[in-house]
Amino acid sequence: MTDNGRGEIETRSEISLRVNDVDYRVAVDNRRTLLDAVRDDLGLTGTKKGCDHGQCGACTVLLGGRRVLSCLTLAVAAEGAAVTTVEGLAGDGELRPIQEAFVRLDGFQCGFCTPGQLCSAVGMLAEHAAGWPSAVTRDGSPERTPELTEEEIRERMSGNLCRCSAYPSIVRAILEASAREAVAG
Amino acid sequence: MNPDGITAAVGESRPRIEGRLKVTGAARYTADVPVAGLAHGWVVTATVSRGRIRDIDAGEALAQPGVLGVLDHRNARRLNPDAGQYFGPDRSLPLLQDEVVAYAGRPIALVVAETPEQARAAAATVRVTYDAEPHDIEFSLAHPAARPASTLFGPEADTGDLEAELAASALVVDEVYHTPEENHSAMEPHVATAWWQDGHLHALDSDQGPFGISQVMASLFLIDPERAHIRAEHVGGGFGGKTVCGPQLILAAMAAEHFGRPVRVALTRRQVFLATGSRPPTEQRVRIGADADGRFRAVHHHAAFALSPLAEYIEWCTEQARTLYAAPAIRTELTAVPLDLLPPCSMRGPGATPGSFAFESAVDEVAERLGIDPLRLRLLNQPEVGPVSGRPFSSRRLVACLQEGARRFGWAQRDPRPRVRREGDLLVGTGVAAVAFIAGVFPSSATITAETDGTFSVRIGATDIGTGARTALIAVAADALGVGVERIRMHIGDSDLGMAAGAGGSRGTTSCAFAIVETAKALREKLAGATTPVTASVDTTPLINWRPDEDRYTYSAVFAEVTVDVATGEVRVRRLLGMFAVGRVINPLLARSQLIGGMIGGLSMALHEEGVRDPVTGRLVTADFAGYHISAHADVPGIEADFVADYEPQDPSGFNGLGEIGNAGVAAAIANAVWHATGTRHRTLPISLGRVVESVAAQDRPQAVGVA
Repeated sequence: MTDNGRGEIETRSEISLRVNDVDYRVAVDNRRTLLDAVRDDLGLTGTKKGCDHGQCGACTVLLGGRRVLSCLTLAVAAEGAAVTTVEGLAGDGELRPIQEAFVRLDGFQCGFCTPGQLCSAVGMLAEHAAGWPSAVTRDGSPERTPELTEEEIRERMSGNLCRCSAYPSIVRAILEASAREAVAG
Repeated sequence: MNPDGITAAVGESRPRIEGRLKVTGAARYTADVPVAGLAHGWVVTATVSRGRIRDIDAGEALAQPGVLGVLDHRNARRLNPDAGQYFGPDRSLPLLQDEVVAYAGRPIALVVAETPEQARAAAATVRVTYDAEPHDIEFSLAHPAARPASTLFGPEADTGDLEAELAASALVVDEVYHTPEENHSAMEPHVATAWWQDGHLHALDSDQGPFGISQVMASLFLIDPERAHIRAEHVGGGFGGKTVCGPQLILAAMAAEHFGRPVRVALTRRQVFLATGSRPPTEQRVRIGADADGRFRAVHHHAAFALSPLAEYIEWCTEQARTLYAAPAIRTELTAVPLDLLPPCSMRGPGATPGSFAFESAVDEVAERLGIDPLRLRLLNQPEVGPVSGRPFSSRRLVACLQEGARRFGWAQRDPRPRVRREGDLLVGTGVAAVAFIAGVFPSSATITAETDGTFSVRIGATDIGTGARTALIAVAADALGVGVERIRMHIGDSDLGMAAGAGGSRGTTSCAFAIVETAKALREKLAGATTPVTASVDTTPLINWRPDEDRYTYSAVFAEVTVDVATGEVRVRRLLGMFAVGRVINPLLARSQLIGGMIGGLSMALHEEGVRDPVTGRLVTADFAGYHISAHADVPGIEADFVADYEPQDPSGFNGLGEIGNAGVAAAIANAVWHATGTRHRTLPISLGRVVESVAAQDRPQAVGVA
């Protein structure tokens, strides 16, 4: 809460959000998370609230191309940044490779963690392509891009829980789609 | 080939029909559906395990911006105290009725505000004082309040002369096993949006069977069952935790009525742990007497589970002992221990999952002590007919599961000795377990309309909580009507679609498939020569044979290979193979996913999951995913699940359910593999780092002294 200079307590802020290449201007409660803002203020309910605690990954979105937990990000802190949610992954009605692979290989069951898994996978593939090592990377030297193995994917995706435990299919889908995702950018 | 020139849809692997919606974020789950004029409720839960509310001071909350009011026992509407669910009357259902607190986590107030932030902030200011009373949450089989469990699922087994057979046995294994309280932890927390219109209750609810839930709500609110309309189109997992009428729905309906507008109540993750039922802890004593050649003479399984005095419940752990192996004497005993806990709630593979851990561990101990291969021991004791029932099996392909699994797993090369395979700091071992899981159907009704455009509208109160029911039932309907799947319009997830089994008991899809097949039959008769649209409806209630002359089960054999790090105590599963006999498989792609998911649930149970309560307060300490770890990507190796050819003669299409059998048996197979790796038998789940390190250290101690 801030004093607006007239002795009144200001608990709301008007902010600009750029989500899936669309600009929005919204007034939000300062306590509102990015998760609740995209869901309730923008009506983009694809992003899910699994724990509101940063422990399950269901709310994962891309902020400036990097994966973040939208439940631990205040909406006001995302002002001006480019946000991509699951609704922004497909282009022009076409599923992107990772989405197509999830459907074909059954990379989900109830589907509730799926938006987070997908956004996380896209962010993870970008991290990998940029050469970032993980805890299981044996040679983490900056000049080497670690090979994208199942073990690497499992390690890098472990922030995204799936209680239906579609894990093996998710890993298969990511591995299979990774080459086509790289081409798709 | 049917008239559309399409081969049968059943048996074909097809991706989920709603797949595209789920990967684009377009599938609307309960909390995703916008409702005009929505208010938000925030639940306040009790912090004592037993006592009375002295006062709820909501003064500060009521003064906060946006707050519409606070519901508690002083102003909430009265609910039917006799309302019940599957197991009969459930006195935990009527919320906010009096000042009595029967368990920690009980919802005791609801703060309703314009926005969730306002409701949450206001709820944090509500001050509750209690007159706390001493509570008892200390579970054990020997608890003084222990009593025989309900025999709703049938009488206990008691065949032969148990004590005489035990006395005549060359070996008697007599061990006690423990499993902890476990939480379903569906990724979608329980949430409901409710509103009232002209005396009708309308609600969107995250549950596993909107028809059944609508009946409970009608009873609770004392309205005509026709006036309760519950929808659950997409549900973010359930695993049993959403089979019962949840506090989110009851509170949303109460608040919607009180404030005269739609109210959404979303439980937080923490509240899901605290205020919705879990799998109860169990303590199980298993005695098996065997001849020196491995033949069983006596089987005794005595299992106890915790429950609440508020509602009946059955954790049927003793099912395996009744049917898995032949023995001249078999006795089962099931004991319920009422404690100051919230009522438990069936969790994936209720009874069979904790029960098979104990029973199939004990069977492995027989093999160990007699020096018989554990696979051979299981094959040696296969029954010809139901060992307790005396009835033939409708289909029993367990031997095929064991033999085919052994072949694929490479069991023949296994060195039976424990603690002899070492790879650096890792000890390696393999284990096996067998499972029988009871199968059948519940009454359901379906309506099918042959439309003028050549499509068929199928209406059935089924629920797809991730099971693939929607996709599977389309295939069933297509084959039953003799048309291609593209001509089927499937409508599910709404109580107004009529009486139907929920997604539970491994019977949701089988029950609904039965109703669809019978309805299709009736429709095809009506269709002959008639002009469309033509509609047919069938209720399967009178068609179900409740006293079949054959035992109906599904079966599996699970094989596990683990590594145990002697330094850290970490157990990792390297390979997991499940072979399943589950009747005719409707959609192998989806069925395999469900079984693999279940197996990972079993892995999670074996190694990670443990609900821990603070003995002083009785409160659950592990009420989030940091304290309660469920398997994540990195915990899960390559897993294989496959089917042996099977056909269920009691079903017109040969189907059986497979929603839960994947979980059962895995914990025993892993525990047996851990014994093979380390030489230590783990009889308490989970087999966590601390437990392994302690046991490995205890084993190493004499040796270490010798080296020093």
